[in-house]
Amino acid sequence: MSTAAAIALFVGVTAYAIFGGADFGAGFWDLVAGGATRGDRPRAVIDHSIGPIWEANHVWLVFCFVVLWTCFPEAYASITLTLFVPLTLAALGIVLRGSSFAFRKAVFRTRDRRNFGAAFAVASVLVPYCMGAIAGGIASGRVPAGGQAGDPWSSWVNPTSVLGGVLAVTVAAYLAAVYLVWDARRLSDPIIREYFRRRAVITAVIAGVAAFAGIFVLRADARYLFDGLTSRALPLVAISATAGAASLVLLVRNAARGARLLAVGAVGTVILAWGVAQWDYMLPQSLTVAAAAAPSGTIAAVLVAVAAATVLVVPAFVLLYRLDQKGLLPGEGVERDTGQ
Amino acid sequence: MTDAIAIVGRTLLAVDPVPWARAQMAFTLACHIILVPLGVSWAFMALIANYRGIRRNDHDSLVLAQRWSKYMAVTFAVGAVTGTVLSFEFGLLWPRFMGRWGDAFGIPFAFEGVFFFLEAIFVSIYIFGWRRLKPWTHFLTGIPIVLTGILGSVSVVAANAWMNSPSGFTLNAAGEIVEVDPLAVIFNDSMPLQATHMVIAAYLVGGFLVASVYATGMLRGRTDRYHRLGFIIAFTVAAVATPIQMGVGDSLARWVYNNQPVKFAAIELVPKTSSDVPETLLGRLNDDGTVSGGIPIPGLASWLSDPSTGKATLVQGLDTVPAHQRPTTRQVNVVHLAWDVMVGLGTLLFLVSLWYGLSWVFRRDMPKSRWFLRIAAAAGVLAVITMEAGWVVTEVGRQPWIVYEYMKVEHAATGNTGVWITFLVVAALYVGLAITTILVLRGMSRRFRRDEGEDESDVPYGPSQPLDLPEDQPVA
Ligand code: HDD
Ligand code: HEM
Ligand code: HEM
Repeated sequence: MSTAAAIALFVGVTAYAIFGGADFGAGFWDLVAGGATRGDRPRAVIDHSIGPIWEANHVWLVFCFVVLWTCFPEAYASITLTLFVPLTLAALGIVLRGSSFAFRKAVFRTRDRRNFGAAFAVASVLVPYCMGAIAGGIASGRVPAGGQAGDPWSSWVNPTSVLGGVLAVTVAAYLAAVYLVWDARRLSDPIIREYFRRRAVITAVIAGVAAFAGIFVLRADARYLFDGLTSRALPLVAISATAGAASLVLLVRNAARGARLLAVGAVGTVILAWGVAQWDYMLPQSLTVAAAAAPSGTIAAVLVAVAAATVLVVPAFVLLYRLDQKGLLPGEGVERDTGQ
Repeated sequence: MTDAIAIVGRTLLAVDPVPWARAQMAFTLACHIILVPLGVSWAFMALIANYRGIRRNDHDSLVLAQRWSKYMAVTFAVGAVTGTVLSFEFGLLWPRFMGRWGDAFGIPFAFEGVFFFLEAIFVSIYIFGWRRLKPWTHFLTGIPIVLTGILGSVSVVAANAWMNSPSGFTLNAAGEIVEVDPLAVIFNDSMPLQATHMVIAAYLVGGFLVASVYATGMLRGRTDRYHRLGFIIAFTVAAVATPIQMGVGDSLARWVYNNQPVKFAAIELVPKTSSDVPETLLGRLNDDGTVSGGIPIPGLASWLSDPSTGKATLVQGLDTVPAHQRPTTRQVNVVHLAWDVMVGLGTLLFLVSLWYGLSWVFRRDMPKSRWFLRIAAAAGVLAVITMEAGWVVTEVGRQPWIVYEYMKVEHAATGNTGVWITFLVVAALYVGLAITTILVLRGMSRRFRRDEGEDESDVPYGPSQPLDLPEDQPVA
């Protein structure tokens, strides 16, 4: 049972990385899009691409927290005690980002829009970096078991955390760029498509290089993870590398659709590889999943909630998606009103 | 100089995190809870307007429903952000609490997550649907918002109720949870009444809050049919909820009397166990255990606690438990004052509702008096204060326990000394968030009035805009 909960947790982490990551990455491109006039066009596409359900992707994060604190409370206590600083920064970044985006949508004065936009963009880089650093701290065994606090600084300012943070930012930027190529394609705007395609290729290469350099970092700094990645998790690593390389090829060849799928595959498998590599530890080399797990009654309840979510949320999403695709009904609902 | 800096630095780094953690938790919750009534009850009010609109082919009602659904999307989005922060805070501020009790306390949140996720999707569907679905189909897609809103808040309150009456777990000799019964956790003893009281509070506060906006508009001369409708729908919902809320509150008070006698003693300002206890309005407890000031109503507290024994009902005093197991004198005074505020303002809101109700019964119209509108315009803020006061009673009255009779707050808090910094930053961010939220809502209202922006793409959760790329600009 605890294994099922751990799997649910990891699925949540992966989903957050893929969906949330793309949202953050879009913010990164917003940040580097340049001045107000030069950046206007890419910004318009970026705005447009961030899903219709505003910031809904944080649901994945909340989901991960809930599963973690309910099913693995001791590990949760250790993590929050040790990684207090990056978690706080991430929380602040989320408030800043979420609200500035909502307001940018609702505010019409250009100057206000720009201020909200800047806050949005900076927070979009800060949050994934912190998340990556947190993952690095956990994976390199810097969080002690037993609801204890580890070192408040070196737990997230260390080689593996830096690697995690940089990877998270670049991977998010890469995913977003690939999605944006696809979006721009739907808009049949070749210039903007080329703009994002070039950026997708660049970030793919940077992410690849960072991942490669990461091998040496992990070997020196996170031996358990390194051993796992080079044994148990090797097939996943290989799939990820192949998918990443293939998506790069497709991008260069300008085949956006396949590139998008492969990019998601590459990122998803690398995160799963992390999970498999540190199996069966929740906190590497100090707390196993089985030892961290809550009593079976709790885990059963959480699994029921997860199942209910799947059963209820999926059809609702399908309905929303179909509405999104559907044209407007003429003369139905409330048309422009006659004024008060 | 460097010495001074070092000393200041060391002092600041050694600040006790517990009071700051309490302050931060209280502040963020108090902010979040203001958005909650809107998320829970606004959809219901919009559906009433929507129903009228379709049924009677009433354009004003439909416009009202459509605009409400868009305002709701904004408040919902802000609620989601502030709520996400709360989920961080449980771990960041109370890691020892979560580490030890997370396997029980956490369960309701798993279900809360499902309901909020569904609510978010249906808010979106409802907004998308305005011009994409047939009127009645569209109306039906609004119903899940109402249900998930209620169930979501019931789930969260179940978690809070569990802190008041922890149940559904077995401890081993070391005090660790070894077995959990999820149903007994969720349906703990305090949950049915607390959840009911909160859901009704959500309708009451949401109704008064929305009505107060239209009352203000009417005071400024916007007395057209549209404003009247907006006022009447919202105020009626609130006026119906208010008397029910008094009844539920009365039962809840009796629950507290029976199950959390120390909290009850703080509420009623009872230093020593006695019968014939007066209901003291205002007044304060002194450190030596005497009560000064205030207006005592003889015997009322005893009588209300158990009408069957009347004035003879014994009310347990604060002195029945040692000082370290009850709220401090200051906390008792906070609880008592908050109680007076809740019940006092609640009674005031009840009287306004009564005025409104009688006017409908006898004159078939809402009260004409400007004074009525003035009070109604203030009722929104008053209702929010009432609700906040109620939460202060619950939360401060539980002190020093975080899990009633199992764990104290001081043993639950983080050891990280930087909490005072996070508190200040969070406070600043939230103030900014609050101001901007209000500006955005007002901006929307202006745009609506100028007869623009009747399309869904300008709100969170709305469909994306057709892209209008700026032309003629070189792209890097
Ligand atoms: C605006 C809404 C509102 C109104 C008019 C009232 N309350 Fe209330 N009250 C709340 C909103 C609220 C609340 C904010 O929703 C609380 C906090 C926790 C909870 O479950 O409900 C609450 C808590 C609360 C508690 C503490 C429960 C606990 O600690 O477990 C008691 C005893 C009462 N209420 C009793 C009353 C009585 C006797 C009222 C009659 C006048 C009353 N309330 C009016
Ligand atoms: C489901 C809802 C809620 C939960 C689970 C919850 C939980 C908590 C927790 C864990 C604490 C810290 C421990 C403690 O001081 O006892 C706390 C404190 C506090 N909360 Fe709540 N809370 C909820 C709702 C609210 C709301 C809506 C308010 C609004 C005002 C509020 C006001 C406070 C206050 C004032 C304190 C500080 C008490 C003190 O230290 O004296 N709470 N709450
Ligand atoms: C400590 C307590 C609380 C936590 C951790 C919490 C957490 C959250 C989270 C994470 C969200 C966003 C959900 C999403 O993004 O899908 C949210 C929104 C919401 N919360 Fe809370 N919440 C707390 C207290 C409360 C209380 C006391 C109530 C009601 C009684 C409540 C009612 C709501 C509602 C209705 C929403 C939906 C947004 C809205 O309508 O404004 N929450 N909360």
